[in-house]
Amino acid sequence: MTGEIGQLALCLALALSLILSGAGLSGARAGAALARDVAVASAMGLLVFVALAFGALTYASIVSDFSILNVAQNSNTLKPMIYKITGVWGNHEGSMLLWVLVLSLYTAAIAVSRQGGERLVSAALGVQGLLAGAFLLFILFTSNPFLRLDPAPFEGAGLNPLLQDIGLALHPPMLYTGYVGLSASFAFAAAALITGTRDWARAARPFMLAAWIALTLGIALGSWWAYYELGWGGFWFWDPVENASLMPWLIATALLHSALATERTGAFRSWTLLLAIAGFSLSLIGTFLVRSGVLTSVHAFANDPARGLYMLILIVVAVGAALALFAWRAPSLEEGASFSPISRETTLLFNNVFLTAATSAVFIGTLYPLALDWLTGVKLSVGPPFFAVTFSPFFLAMLVLVPFGPRLGWTKGDGRAALRALAPGAGIALVAALAVLALAVPRSLAGAGAFGVAAWLIAASIIDVRRRRILSPSTVASALAHAGLAVTLIGIAGTTLWRSEALEVLAPGETMNVGGYTLRLDGVEGRQGPNYQAARADIAVLYGGRTLTVMHPERRLYPVEQQDTVETAIRTTIANDLYLALGDERENGRWTVRAYVNPLAPLIWLGALVMALGGFAALWSRLRSPRTVASVVPVPAE
Amino acid sequence: MRRLLAALILVVGSAVASAAPAPGTLPDPAQEARARALQKELRCLVCQGESIDESNAPLAADLRALIRARIRAGESDDAIKQFLVARYGDFILLRPPFDVQTYALWLTPFAVLILAAGVAIWVIVRAARAPKGAA
Repeated sequence: MTGEIGQLALCLALALSLILSGAGLSGARAGAALARDVAVASAMGLLVFVALAFGALTYASIVSDFSILNVAQNSNTLKPMIYKITGVWGNHEGSMLLWVLVLSLYTAAIAVSRQGGERLVSAALGVQGLLAGAFLLFILFTSNPFLRLDPAPFEGAGLNPLLQDIGLALHPPMLYTGYVGLSASFAFAAAALITGTRDWARAARPFMLAAWIALTLGIALGSWWAYYELGWGGFWFWDPVENASLMPWLIATALLHSALATERTGAFRSWTLLLAIAGFSLSLIGTFLVRSGVLTSVHAFANDPARGLYMLILIVVAVGAALALFAWRAPSLEEGASFSPISRETTLLFNNVFLTAATSAVFIGTLYPLALDWLTGVKLSVGPPFFAVTFSPFFLAMLVLVPFGPRLGWTKGDGRAALRALAPGAGIALVAALAVLALAVPRSLAGAGAFGVAAWLIAASIIDVRRRRILSPSTVASALAHAGLAVTLIGIAGTTLWRSEALEVLAPGETMNVGGYTLRLDGVEGRQGPNYQAARADIAVLYGGRTLTVMHPERRLYPVEQQDTVETAIRTTIANDLYLALGDERENGRWTVRAYVNPLAPLIWLGALVMALGGFAALWSRLRSPRTVASVVPVPAE
Repeated sequence: MRRLLAALILVVGSAVASAAPAPGTLPDPAQEARARALQKELRCLVCQGESIDESNAPLAADLRALIRARIRAGESDDAIKQFLVARYGDFILLRPPFDVQTYALWLTPFAVLILAAGVAIWVIVRAARAPKGAA
């Protein structure tokens, strides 16, 4: 029954999404009140039926209903309950269902919010309906999670053990909340173009913020998971899957800043619309990259092209239609902005210049090898050294300019006052850079630069908060977000420039040294987990002759899936992470042990949390008083 | 600020303390630094997007040993890279070469930067000349 209920719910959801798009788009005309009511009702109905389908799949997974192909392929009775639930989106079909669930949630939220005028909301709902319909068709025809299996097997195949982890369980819903959240900005932008609404950015802002917060946290969660689960001690690999999530974040960041200017002074109206379209387009491209199989091999994709081809067509149609609409209607919405070269508008413009260039570096670095392989068969690697000379300098250059934005007023800023206010920040930055250059071993110019920029950002955030006569939530929001970036930068610099590592083969009782710590292998014992067998090491950590703690890195074998995983042991202090991974067993009971000391590593993710907190502050101030807050963007208090 | 200083001191401390060489490294620190720098530029061919510097795979370990043997024999970094490219193709280089096939790859980000900056300056000049009162 469960499968049939799910299938039926998906079909009804598809029907409702079609009604939603028709009613929503016709509700964009003046006076079509009935159509608008139908659109709102079908948005709610869409959420109900998609949630029902998602619930059906979750239930099937919980009760291990192996008559459903998807459950049989991805679950197992021995799997712990939490991973039976999170395993629902640990596979292609389930994750696409989650995608549509999040899309329906945003659609319902737009229907409830009713910000920005009835016609704008109705058109936005119509666009969301089109997107939901396109993805529901994709699920029903190429990725149906409710296909039956007859006869039902006695036991399921299990879930990739790497995915049986709480970090990765939470990563996809968070990331999708961000990815798909950009659909709301896209829908509002398209709706603004359809209805000729100039003042759309204000209505869309809460959705932009929600998407940006979720993307920030989702990327951080993914990076944290890679850090502790993969056992290489790294936190970012410039892997295409990671890049696919970074690009929407970069554009969403640009959009938040550009939309601020549009909302406040009417500047950059077309550009903001274009960013809203680009952000969601990159989400779609990211989904395509991850979901079509094109990344594992362009040839694997060619062998089973149905999914990838459908999604490519979807992207071309959605993006093409939006861009055509943009080219046709945007000129009529633009009004010439007027601002002085020394103004907040200028700083926001350069924020966008650098973010766009940084995004282009990630975009070309991710897609070029795929295109080259596809067209000529030549295989090429685009790795960290490429991004170190393209992405990183662009991003750092932007960070240097960040403090000027909040210190300059709209339209015409006082450049001298800004310089005077920020002078102490520059002093602190210089001291920090010189201190790192003088003290840190090995000496690193890049490290000095990174610490200087980070100190500059943090100092400027503090200066900005202290200099305001009235402290508004939006000031706190930008100060937190900018300081959070600095904290992450410190973590990245510390970990990449001053990490120490050691790899040794130890017999019980033997010791090794890493970064001032002495590690002693006290033994390795077997342990039986719920659905795995583990070899668990006892490694004593000594510092200056004193035993600090005993750590337990593990190696696990999942017999059902026939796969090994590494469970790292990490001891986190404010200063560093001591990171241990247990390698292979060698002859005579000896084990490979990999150890890293990653200075300041925890700050990478702490910074992301601070950034997200800034996002929450902005979101909270918007939801509390959506109309007034935008107009009290304070001017510098001097 | 105080916290920043404390963090700084801790970074310095942990970096100083890590001076002891691990086995398998070259005795000459300059040569070892060259080996490490090279390792970060080469892809582990059997893994997903890792350098041989960070990979656990046996092939990566073999390549690390090969690099050290050749450095000890006095070969230059370029000669070692050329040897590996001849053996495994451009795919092994994490920093793609700059040639006819990759001009577009390398130049696009800078072209976008210059173009975007140009547009921004044009917008700023136009906005400065526009009649006041739009805001």
